[in-house]
Amino acid sequence: MEKKETFVGSSVSKKDYRALVTGKPVYTDDIAPRDCLVVKVLRCPHAHAWIEEIDTSKAAAYPGIEAVFTWEDCSQKRFTLAGQTYPEPSPYDRLVLDRRMRFVGDAAAIVAGATEEAVDRALKLIKIKYQVLEPVLDFRTAKDNPVLIHPEDSWQSLCTVGADNKRNLCAAGEEAHGDVDSILASCDHVIERTYHCKANQQAMMETFRTYAELDAYGRLVVTSSTQIPFHVRRIVANALDIPKSKVRVIKPRIGGGFGAKQTAVSEMYPAFVTWKTGKPSKMIFSRYESQIASSPRHEMEVTVRLGADKNGVFQAVDLYTLSNTGAFGEHGPTTVGLSGHKSIPLYSTIKAFRFHYDVVYTNTMSAGAYRGYGATQGIFALESAVNEMAMELHMDPVKLREMNMVHEGDVMPAYYGETANSCALDRCMKRAKEMIGWDEKWPCKDMGNGKVRAVGVAMAMQGSSISKVDVAGATLKLNDDGFYSLMIGASDMGTGCDTTLAQVAADCLGCDLDNIVTHGVDTDVSPYDSGSYASSTAYLTGMAVVKASQSMVEKIKEKGAEYLGLTADDVDFDGDRVYCVDGDAFISLKDIGNQVMCNNGKALEVTESHSSPVSPPPFMVGMAEIELDKETCAFELVDYVGVIDCGTPINPNLVRVQTEGGLGQGIGMAMFEDVTRSERGRVYENSFMQYKLPTRMDTGNIRVEIESSYEPTGPFGVKSVGEVVINTPSPAIAGAVAAATGVQIRELPVTPEKIFRELASSIK
Amino acid sequence: MNIEMTLNGKLAKAEIEPGTLLLDLLRSLGCYSVKRGCETSNCGLCTVWMDGVPTLSCSVLAARADGHEITTLEGVREEAEAFGAFLAAEGADQCGFCSPGLIMNVLAMERELESPAMDEIREYLAGNLCRCTGYAGQMRAIEKYLNRKKEA
Repeated sequence: MEKKETFVGSSVSKKDYRALVTGKPVYTDDIAPRDCLVVKVLRCPHAHAWIEEIDTSKAAAYPGIEAVFTWEDCSQKRFTLAGQTYPEPSPYDRLVLDRRMRFVGDAAAIVAGATEEAVDRALKLIKIKYQVLEPVLDFRTAKDNPVLIHPEDSWQSLCTVGADNKRNLCAAGEEAHGDVDSILASCDHVIERTYHCKANQQAMMETFRTYAELDAYGRLVVTSSTQIPFHVRRIVANALDIPKSKVRVIKPRIGGGFGAKQTAVSEMYPAFVTWKTGKPSKMIFSRYESQIASSPRHEMEVTVRLGADKNGVFQAVDLYTLSNTGAFGEHGPTTVGLSGHKSIPLYSTIKAFRFHYDVVYTNTMSAGAYRGYGATQGIFALESAVNEMAMELHMDPVKLREMNMVHEGDVMPAYYGETANSCALDRCMKRAKEMIGWDEKWPCKDMGNGKVRAVGVAMAMQGSSISKVDVAGATLKLNDDGFYSLMIGASDMGTGCDTTLAQVAADCLGCDLDNIVTHGVDTDVSPYDSGSYASSTAYLTGMAVVKASQSMVEKIKEKGAEYLGLTADDVDFDGDRVYCVDGDAFISLKDIGNQVMCNNGKALEVTESHSSPVSPPPFMVGMAEIELDKETCAFELVDYVGVIDCGTPINPNLVRVQTEGGLGQGIGMAMFEDVTRSERGRVYENSFMQYKLPTRMDTGNIRVEIESSYEPTGPFGVKSVGEVVINTPSPAIAGAVAAATGVQIRELPVTPEKIFRELASSIK
Repeated sequence: MNIEMTLNGKLAKAEIEPGTLLLDLLRSLGCYSVKRGCETSNCGLCTVWMDGVPTLSCSVLAARADGHEITTLEGVREEAEAFGAFLAAEGADQCGFCSPGLIMNVLAMERELESPAMDEIREYLAGNLCRCTGYAGQMRAIEKYLNRKKEA
């Protein structure tokens, strides 16, 4: 038999690329019905307030206005907007509209009208009498503050996460392994430092947007730019207090998510309007709204105590995270866990660890999921502490890591006791060193022109799906002429999973990639999948595709054998035909596909699900080279090297671009993207004018290589790539700045002003 | 008010409000490739050509298009697909939301600059933000696209 083309490991172009590059109308606002009502919300100007009176009469009477809604029109059953498996760890603390306003930008009323102009006018005509309350803006003062963000008795926590609304606690906890305090007391070197990450915005190019309409059966059809269609079905049903059977969610093409769309930020507003009015409606978030009332990264302050012996062998780590969930608790109890669980296990020499945390409510915008999901914050802290330890020991930070890092086969006590079955972290480090020329460049070189060049390093890990929780699904159908439909419940948000999962199926079924048609997500049609988050798609949905393909092959063999008058044991399938193992009889897949459409009682359709008991970490090493002006402390990123171990890359080009893209976002977080607030809680960085996304002039020369490993529990040895890639730039760039100047910046972003001030105070 | 313009080579008439932005007019005329990514002229998603010059359609009143020639991605689909194939070959199309604006600027750059150096390309396209790729894959695609004729 001639060898067939295989697709796993091949950099094929994405199946949808022609539509994307020729500007076809494939995104939510492109396909929304033209007669949609325009939906907007009136946003509260106070960080904490109580609505005493609200007069909507003038707004409702304005020409073109269909409806105005206030808290009185909404269900009083609380729910969460977090896209998580039920029962959600995130507390049920939301209403569609509430009487208590909890941050600047909170929704006070909903207006729906025929045109944007009418709605904008009507918003100005709503009169609200607020009782302005004292806000809690500093997350360091939130726990046990007499001012409560959620005093209401209808607040509910479904899971045991240490939440207590009467203490402003969204979650709290502690875990330990070994006697941390006594080991730290006996260490020759102990570093104790606190690091601060901001509430960065994902800033995907397509803002939050949703349209809703009623179908012929009176059901609510919600088309939305979301990573979590099945969770949105539950969230919308909860928000409107209607049966889930009444809701259908469809995902079109998505203009980026990065976790932002793992929270149902926009869906409930048009869903509510359409359910109440019976008319189609849409809500398109402005960039301003996306900056002030969305689902950014959790602001965290992470305190690390790291102990080493005189040779630099790590002994113990004590890590405390204070996380700011903002006004609502979406993803609060879970993001914090990753700050410890996905940083500490990078080091296998540690004999004892303690990880404890508090997640607090404040009167700031609610946080959510952002690529890295708490691991990013924990890794900035621990990796910076390791860099500071290297400085204290007068050691090369690469050597210090080589002495202490996790290797393949190591058990990781801080990572739920899992074993690193696939780990190329050591090879990633070796290759990154070669690529950047570490040994020649570390720590720094004076360029003789007032500038100094320096290098910094960091390691990172993440997971691949949420073990024992996430469910992935895949359905395969054989159609006429033998082409397959691959139905998935995972959301392609630009990442390319509609293509990469077809690559997996093509290899399992022995067919051409074009013989597989992928269908994105429609909750009425697609198999259940928890969604595209937690770096789960390639690893988990990939395995569901493998299982579905194997079941499909069995069904094809049975059917082919039946048509040949044989049994399934007598035949085999080579992708094109079912043939008799001992003889010449065969039937083509095309003929089987056509014949089953006549007089057939067995559908050639299979659905398989997959969950994983483990979440194998991908690993990564990042190295930054900067050039810093010694007089002004202004610095440029000259070079960034990233080497990733994501198991087997299904599509190396897509892995590479994911990695480069994650590094680009990480570089933004490290150097430019700040979030600051006024004394009254207003976010200053409320547009792209102030919130500085890196341009192509800023990202330096990003260079990526892949060091493959083979993960035995993944499809074709796959782990994940989506999130781990954002984690190294902050500690590596801060480390390079420290190598150049001797001062460590512990609050992101690392700016020339901060370096200058630190230098000035260290000279005093 | 009424305006007339040449849109993608054809005469287009429209009745507009004085405050209508070109971006909104173009979408209402079916040019859905034109995207809004911000309100502050920072992202480059809404780039179209006005008389052949790249222009942010979010920052131009539709009234100013009166009597002018407007080109959107819909008007240069063949070229867009030719360059787009290079983007896709690098995996750098990703979510695709910034692609129309980027492609309009790349095609304009190709007309305007002869053999631009990488630094010039970065500068020319600095106003086209992308959140998916970190720009590296886009830059490889652009380089290969511009070099295609040399190799042919």
